[in-house]
Amino acid sequence: MTANGAAAHIDAAAFSFLYRNGVGLVPHFAIIAVSILFDGLAYAMFLFITSVGLSVTMGLMGFVNLAHGAFAMAGGYVVVTLTRNLGIGFIPALIIASVTVGAVSVVFERGLYRRLYKATDLEQVLLTIGLAFMAIATATYFYGPIPKSVPLPEWLQGDINLGFRTFPSYRAFLVVLGVVLIAVLWYAFERTNIGAKIRAAVDNRRMAESVGINVDLLFTLTFAVGSGLAALGGGLAIQLFGLSPSFAVLYLVLFLIVVAIGGLGSLKGTLLAALVVGIVDTGGKYMLAEAGGFFIYAITIVVLLIKPAGFYGRE
Amino acid sequence: MSDIPAENLDRKPARDRAAAYLLSRHHFQWPEALPWIIAIAAFFVFPDRMTFGSQVLVMVMFALSLDLILGYAGIVTLGHAAFFGIGAYTVGLAAARLGWSEPISGLIAAGLVSAFAGFITGWFLLRYRGLTLLMLTLATAIMLQETGNLRSDFSGGYDGLPGLEFKPLLGLFEYDLYGRTNYLYVLAVLAIVFFFVRRIVYSPFGQALTGIRENVKRMHAIGSPVHRRLVTVYSIAAGIAGIAGALFTQTNAYVTLTVFDFDNSAKVMVMLILGGTGRLYGAFLGAVVYMVLEDHLSKLSPTFWQFGIGLLLVLAVLFARRGVLGLFEDAGQYLKRFRS
Repeated sequence: MTANGAAAHIDAAAFSFLYRNGVGLVPHFAIIAVSILFDGLAYAMFLFITSVGLSVTMGLMGFVNLAHGAFAMAGGYVVVTLTRNLGIGFIPALIIASVTVGAVSVVFERGLYRRLYKATDLEQVLLTIGLAFMAIATATYFYGPIPKSVPLPEWLQGDINLGFRTFPSYRAFLVVLGVVLIAVLWYAFERTNIGAKIRAAVDNRRMAESVGINVDLLFTLTFAVGSGLAALGGGLAIQLFGLSPSFAVLYLVLFLIVVAIGGLGSLKGTLLAALVVGIVDTGGKYMLAEAGGFFIYAITIVVLLIKPAGFYGRE
Repeated sequence: MSDIPAENLDRKPARDRAAAYLLSRHHFQWPEALPWIIAIAAFFVFPDRMTFGSQVLVMVMFALSLDLILGYAGIVTLGHAAFFGIGAYTVGLAAARLGWSEPISGLIAAGLVSAFAGFITGWFLLRYRGLTLLMLTLATAIMLQETGNLRSDFSGGYDGLPGLEFKPLLGLFEYDLYGRTNYLYVLAVLAIVFFFVRRIVYSPFGQALTGIRENVKRMHAIGSPVHRRLVTVYSIAAGIAGIAGALFTQTNAYVTLTVFDFDNSAKVMVMLILGGTGRLYGAFLGAVVYMVLEDHLSKLSPTFWQFGIGLLLVLAVLFARRGVLGLFEDAGQYLKRFRS
């Protein structure tokens, strides 16, 4: 159940060998630190894009959605089909995938999820685990268990030179896209009418309803946007980790960790948690590859023991 | 003496009736013998499937331990496999590294070590609820797995500890190729554990747990030591899960780090839900139905099996929240009303 190999370069093992054998200590130290920060940042952007919807919907309704990873996986497979079978470009495919999955997720929300808003955690966990299992089985049936890759446009292949060293273009693209999305989401959340309504409903649902905010509708909207973003994350993840049906549960744990330690319904918290998880996990894999996800889980436990509601959650 | 208020006259019989009800719940009723008769009958009907039979019984015990915390105390955990794994590795490591291969003492040690782990983690984690608790339990189980992987020189890592050998049971009974000795061994341990759990459930302590599940605030208000009760039952359940894990290692004669998997935690929860939570025998029905279905269907097509389990879960949540046993109860009540 660990995100094995996540965000770590293929040369991570070589780096950790050099690191431990003290070859050229000072320059390597700097190289490793920069690599960890950069790869960690790219990884954190993926985590943020995929988890932010989950955080907001959980904050709004307190709904434990373990099928969120399945929406991300679905987005990934839509991208694979569009690019490989229909010859559509990678970027248009990403947009189509997130819109499609966002639209389809409304059907699930209206048909299944809304019946369980008042139900216990356990029932929500079971329903959504059931959905995740069904999604994994469906993906295995149509695409097989072998990881898929995706053809990238030329400008995303190779490296980009930033003057002092080169970075993989794709990761640089991830960082830029992440920053743009953060800016857009921040504006939507903090500066628009709908954003204000969402924040009000997360703070106090009953009060928001009693001043005439239609929280049900708001939830459907955020659910669709969140699932669409998850699908975008799924599409972006193919190049990083490869896409196989187990993606739906394998990475779900990471999304849940980001949401839990960030604090439900908090944009700031989700971003901070994504950065912490992304950089710590990448750093851990550079320094001590055998430890796998050990550091992430250690951080999760420490943070949650001290702040049970996460960095910016309401106690 | 004739001016005692009427309601006082009424109250005493009501209290008696309540006491009689509680006592009668504790008494054994004849349908309760049924699972045990079936388990013994299975020994004679399928003499060559006893290895599989032992696995089913181990899962029954694992599900039973989860029922104690999930079904009775209402603690939702995604990391119950942690204790199963601790028990499994206590026995496995003791046999492989220390040469301690006496099965019964190994079993007891596994139970104690897991119960202690349950006490420690429960003490810290059971203050939390909801998503935080889910993530903390899940993270605990995966941390153990990663620790095992980190020290794979000692734990054997994902390759596991194969070819473990255990001394004959009580120094008398050798293990046979078909696992018949193992089956009876597991069945006997399950019976002891079951009667222990049954006693807990019908004790005042068990009633307090049900109270915590139904309404924590009221239990606090009437002065029940909620946290202490939860930690106690969590430790007991952890100990039982550890014994189940130890039996898993002993009957398979090997163990790998996959016992700590999230899949293992999810699987046992699915079994319990399908059978019905908070009703003791739900664990039996759920584990047997799940294992038999898995045995048949997953050979046929693992993909359809996974889809089917997912669909079953969704349907169970939407239409049968109390599991198969709950459905039986509903049907029974419907028939009763139909007759009268």
